[in-house]
Amino acid sequence: MKRALTSIIFFAILIGIWQFAASSGKFSQVMFPPPSNVAEYLWQAITDGTLGSATLVTVKRLLIGYLAGLILGIPLGLFTAKFKVFQDTVGVLALGMQALPSVCWVPLALGWFGQTEAAMLFVVVMGTLWSVIIATSDGVRSMPPIYLRAAKTMGSSGLHSWVRVILPASLPYLVGGMKQGWAFAWRSLMAAEIFVTILTGFGLGQLLHYGRELHAMDQVMAVMIVLIVIGLLADKLLFAPWERFLHRRWGTGTLK
Amino acid sequence: MSIEHELKNVAPERIEVDRISKSFTTKHHVVSALDSISLKISEGEFVCLVGPSGCGKSTLLNIIAGLEQPDSGSVLANGEPVDAPGRDRMVMFQEHALFPWLDVMGNVMFGLKLKPGLNDRERLEVAEYYLHLVGLEKFHHSNIHELSGGMKQRVALARALAPNPRVLLMDEPFAALDALTREQLYGDIQKIWEARRKTIIFVTHNVREAACLGDRVILFSPNPGRIRKEFAVTLPRPRDINSVELAHYSTEITAALKGFTAGVGREASE
Repeated sequence: MKRALTSIIFFAILIGIWQFAASSGKFSQVMFPPPSNVAEYLWQAITDGTLGSATLVTVKRLLIGYLAGLILGIPLGLFTAKFKVFQDTVGVLALGMQALPSVCWVPLALGWFGQTEAAMLFVVVMGTLWSVIIATSDGVRSMPPIYLRAAKTMGSSGLHSWVRVILPASLPYLVGGMKQGWAFAWRSLMAAEIFVTILTGFGLGQLLHYGRELHAMDQVMAVMIVLIVIGLLADKLLFAPWERFLHRRWGTGTLK
Repeated sequence: MSIEHELKNVAPERIEVDRISKSFTTKHHVVSALDSISLKISEGEFVCLVGPSGCGKSTLLNIIAGLEQPDSGSVLANGEPVDAPGRDRMVMFQEHALFPWLDVMGNVMFGLKLKPGLNDRERLEVAEYYLHLVGLEKFHHSNIHELSGGMKQRVALARALAPNPRVLLMDEPFAALDALTREQLYGDIQKIWEARRKTIIFVTHNVREAACLGDRVILFSPNPGRIRKEFAVTLPRPRDINSVELAHYSTEITAALKGFTAGVGREASE
């Protein structure tokens, strides 16, 4: 409760400074609108449904692309850790691809898929996949071998070992990798939406882009705030429960 | 299968090691860890394998466990050749090897869940029985990192006992613990051994510990790993690690150990 209050006071002060600076008359109200204008836009966009539908389009793209990245990436990461052939092929490829900013996939995606949802998904998957592969394979390979030996003596082998020992043992790495994959997916989707207008759906990135074209900085800032809130929510809903579990079981997460 | 049946003592196993050899190749040379070792361990016997590091005693334990394969020779458990891990032979390692993603109960249940013929309720009761046996009935849902070193090894012991093996293979299980905790566990392991009637093969480099626990103490020498001498310890149980009678045994064993490791230049005993 006390911590929530600290956060609220902090953000109230931040907004107060912004309001004061923007209404001081030293800056153009168009380029640097006060929070009250941004709030006004937000309210209007929420009530007329623009924001809701744009958020839905974006979040849907993000979740589908991210899930596809995980479904492909985790098994490939496991194979990369387990089989030399995969390590020397997929492992090297993933290492290289991960270094490539995922926005670089946009021109290719447009060439291949045109202005379609497929192009968007392709960019998001490319943003997620490689870091998930690397995190999974690193996680498996850094597992102390004694776990597997102990499990073997108790009669665990094959698929049981993978599901009951290797995967949970690499969970700290997996969650880290999934989080990184999420961040990459989110960034690449925004880049794609800002760059490209897709006729099948109008996302938050496009809303941001048109705000700039219309010189409506209140719209730009409002969309940015929505993006920040989505990022925070994703962290709280998707990853915080896992991290709490990890910290509780492994005894990590406190610097005391 | 009823819970009473599951908790009943099973007949301990006879282990026969027949001319086992195993060598490892390092960068520069071949190390003979075990050189034609033969050893008979009878049902319900408590045998300690003692020797300086590198004498192959842990390797022998791993081969009996089925975790490693010998270059030549064979291991028979009740006349059946051993070539893979089996539920009749459970292992306790020096590092507790408990799974950090499971709580205490989850760790003890791990092996039980892989044992056929029991339902979940019965498994839970079996796990509770063994956690009580090692004195951890109040810690069912503790996380592993919250336990002290001694408590961790108690969980590891309960986990190894839970599938009701016929042999317990212990690889320096108390080496990383403080002296006081160790002494407590010496008492406990003797009590549990008498109550549960297991064959126990116990690897250690601590001579006093070996004399305290073993019916028989078997001395190994390194390079190549060979059995050098055997001592029968006939003191009544439970034995106290600090007793004078025990000191006689450990002095005798230490002298023998020093005799054949003099040239090796390693600290052979504590």
